[in-house]
Parts: sequence; C-alpha cells; structure tokens
Amino acid sequence: MRVLGIETSCDETGVAIYDSEAGLLGDALYSQVAVHAEYGGVVPELASRDHVRKLLPLVKEVLQQADMQADAIDAVAYTAGPGLIGALMVGASTGRAMALAWGVPAIGVHHMEGHLLAPMLEEHPPAFPFVALLVSGGHTQLVQVDGIGEYTLLGESLDDAAGEAFDKAAKMIGLNYPGGPEVARLAEQGDRSRFRFPRPMTDRPGLDFSFSGLKTFTLNTSNDLRVDGVLAEKDRCDIAAAFEDAVVDTLAIKCRRALQQTGFKQLIIAGGVSANQRLRERLEEMVKKERAALFYARPRFCTDNGAMIAYAGCQRLMAGQSSDLSIQCQPRWPMDTLEPITKG
Amino acid sequence: MAKILALDTSTDACSVALSIDGEIQEDFRIIPRQHTRQLLPMVDEMLTAAGLKVTQLDAIAFGRGPGSFAGIRIATGAAQGLAFAAELPVIPVSTLAAIALNAAREYNVDRIISTLDARMNELYSCAYQMRDGLPVALVNETVSAPGSIILPDGERWFAAGKGWVYLDNMSAEVQQAVGTPVLDIYPSAGVMCELALEAFDRGEGISAELAQPVYLRDTISWKKISEQKKKGQ
Repeated sequence: MRVLGIETSCDETGVAIYDSEAGLLGDALYSQVAVHAEYGGVVPELASRDHVRKLLPLVKEVLQQADMQADAIDAVAYTAGPGLIGALMVGASTGRAMALAWGVPAIGVHHMEGHLLAPMLEEHPPAFPFVALLVSGGHTQLVQVDGIGEYTLLGESLDDAAGEAFDKAAKMIGLNYPGGPEVARLAEQGDRSRFRFPRPMTDRPGLDFSFSGLKTFTLNTSNDLRVDGVLAEKDRCDIAAAFEDAVVDTLAIKCRRALQQTGFKQLIIAGGVSANQRLRERLEEMVKKERAALFYARPRFCTDNGAMIAYAGCQRLMAGQSSDLSIQCQPRWPMDTLEPITKG
Repeated sequence: MAKILALDTSTDACSVALSIDGEIQEDFRIIPRQHTRQLLPMVDEMLTAAGLKVTQLDAIAFGRGPGSFAGIRIATGAAQGLAFAAELPVIPVSTLAAIALNAAREYNVDRIISTLDARMNELYSCAYQMRDGLPVALVNETVSAPGSIILPDGERWFAAGKGWVYLDNMSAEVQQAVGTPVLDIYPSAGVMCELALEAFDRGEGISAELAQPVYLRDTISWKKISEQKKKGQ
C-alpha cells in the first residue's frame, strides 16, 4: 500500500510517500521557522496561510522523487491533531479532498503517534513492547507502548514541555526564537562543572516532569551574571551547558525509572528534542547499565515530518481503519484514547 | 458547456453547486461551525446524484474570499485537493461578487455595494455595476473601518451583506446614498458556478497550487519583535 502522508500541525509543512513493501519513496519538508522568528513565536494565522501556499508544491515534489503518477497513490494520511486547529485544517481539507477525487481511503493520524512510530522508519526498528519518551516543543511524555494504539501514559510534564523550556532558556541568554538547538550548540563550548542546576522532581517517586522551576533558576542565574545588562559569551555557554545537563539528566532518570517499572528492555525517543546529541549519549549510557536498547529516528524524522504520518497512517489503513468524508481535527487529543489495531 | 463544481465556506453558509450544460443545481445550508463535517459529504452526494466522478468535471470553482479566514481556507484546501488529484483547473471566485449577483437576482437591482463583516469593527466591501447580467467591480475590494467607506459616486446604491451592520458608523453621505441594507444576502456556490463558467470560457482557470485565498486583511494583527518592544516601553 502506497500512502501519501501530510503533516501541517504547527510550523512545518511535511509531505511523504510511504510504501508498505518498498519503504519510503519520497519525503519533502518546508520549515516556516524564518516566518515566525520575527514574531518571537509561532503565529497560528501565519502558519495556516503558509501551509496553503506550500502544501501542493511539496506533494508535487514527492511524486517526482518517487517518479510516480498521482494515481499510483493508494491512500492519504493527514495529521488530524493535536496541534494548531487552523494549521491542521489545511492538511486535512486538502488531503481528504485529494483522497475523494482519487477514490481512495483517507485517515486522520495522531501527530504524537506519528512521532512515536518514526523510529520504525529506520533500518533496525524496535519491536513492541517498549517505553517511549516523547519530547518536543509541545510534549514531554513517557508512554508504555504495547502495540500500535495500545498506549499507557506513564508520566508527563505538569507545566512546560522540555522543548519549550529549551526555547525559553534560549531567550533568557539572548538567543532568538526558536533557540533550543542553539542552546545545545552553545553548551558544547560551556564548562559543565561551573553550575549545577536542579533536576526537578527527581527526588521523589513518579514519572511526571516539571520544567518551570528550572526555567526560573536559569533566569536568576543569568540575571546575576549580567554586567550592564549584558551576559558574557562564556557565561552564556556555561549556563547553556548547565541547563542542558539538567534537562538531559532529568529525562534520563525518568526513563530509567520507566524501564524498571515496566520491565521493558527497549526505549525509544521521539520528537524534536530527541535529536539532541547530549540526550542520546546520556541515554545510551543509561540503557547499557539497564541492559536495554535505545532507538531513535534520524534527526530529520525527529522534528515534524510527513514520513511519520505516512507510516502511521499506513499501519492503521492496512488494519482496515479509515476516516469518513467529514474533515475532523482535534487540537487536543489524548493519545491514550486511540484505538488499538489488530495485529497481523 | 463546461461541467463545473463550485464550493463556498466563507460565511456561516456552506454551499456546493454543480453546473452541467448550463443547468445549475445547488445545495445551500446555513450551518455555522459545521462546514468541515458537511462540505465533502455534500460534494460527494451531488456528484453521485449526477453520476459523475471528480475527474469527469472540467473545473473546480471556490469562494476565495474575502471572508472568515478559517472558512475560506476550508474551501481553498478542498478545491486544491480535488483539482490537484483530478488534474483540473481551478477558478477562484470573489465572495463579494457572488453577493452582488445574488442581490441583483433577488432584488432586481444593478448598482450594489457588497459587504461582509470583517470583525474587529471593520468590513470587507466592493462596489459593483451589473453589465449583461454579471457584476463588474468598479473599485478594488477593501477591508476598512465603517467611517472610511467612500462610494464611487452619489447615485443610489443597493446595500447588500452583513458588513452593513456598521451602517450607523458610516458617513452621512453613505447613509443617504443607500436604501435600507439587506444583511442576509450570502455568497453562494450557485452564483459562483455562473461566474466561474464565464471565467472558464475566458480561459481564466489556474493550476491548483496557484489557487489561494484572498484575505484582504494581512499582517496588521500581529506584532513583530521590534514592534512588541516599542509597545512595552
């Protein structure tokens, strides 16, 4: 089955073609980051407008990559939530209408299920069951995954998502939006022993996260070091290193607990923050001690993309699921309400 | 004659129309917040009843705005998707021109100021003169405050559409030049089909990815970082 996947839940337009036999046949992405950077954050209306301009050119591009006529598509999968409602609607209305005209089925896909299954696109995919850490600008969740659609939430952030904390810390040390990846770059040059930032909620049992206190700690530390309102380059790097280590450590501690609690021997990490090199290294060390294995997608598929939506949609479509002609998106959509698929 | 399917979701009304051999059928419903659920089932029903597949059409027309941003994007997305998949040209149609044609038909008038409520105390508007049964725009479509509406000249105009809810805030000249406004005139897919047929014959179909909404209101609502700082001082 050849599935066209469409992702428009936030500020990236992603389109891909996944073939259940041949794998990924085409994959194209347009990032709106530059559009929103001027505003210091994602402006939902501008995001929606940009998706309308970019979606079809990307569909054309992936068809060309796959060297395929449009009528060779067997189904369309689009992100139906969670995300920005106006942005979601662009992909959903266009995708659903394409499927109608082609006379093929369509399915609305859960964005986080897409992320969670993204490591399946790699050469050595994990097998169910496993523990998943979903870390992005919008989510920080630990999920027990027994199969597709069989998700049990083990813990989540009670306030900011880890990626959001990265972006806010970036702003505090004078980096432009979205500064998360920049923080990691500065941290590489920082002295990791100079500061020790708190590891929130690691001193008590449980798998929930909280990053707002860490954010305040970062703000206070940077304010104390400012001279005439300016933060020296070395101070910025050292703060970035301390901040990154605190987030990474916290995530690693909770992941270890989740492996121990479930008894599972596989951990997958997904979402934009899962591309963080320090996090990957730290988790590799941890899983080795736990005699477990770590899985993640290539960096391109850690952030939002069409491939993960095509893949996730394909699994559900092959199990006989599909969406009717009504175009329905859910800006909020708890993942544990998803239907399981029957295996085989 | 061309077979054209038209869609409009720019207001509380949701409509689909199909033109076959110059005969137009329309499904028009006032269904606030239900457009996304009902639009494609309406399309499917209409095509099935006519025994047509999307690929057997000659073009897709859609209400390209102005109107509700979210609304015009639903019709744009659906039109883009249908047209791209079936390799058909797209004909974007002005919602204000559609209101003008509906007003001309229902009230037998030929000089019309078409409007829509743009919210935030503004309205979308355009002046039309009927010629050979079709509305011709005399000015550019605009979004503006009621007080800054200026009519092309002083003769009588028919006031159509929900933007006239702001009549009391318009200038005395405007208030004198129009009769009692009729607010309940909507854009609809039926008249869009007619306008699209004409445009199709003039060769005005465009490829699906070029079919874009016309918002009229652009970036004014969002403050760039430089402007945010100024505001904070």
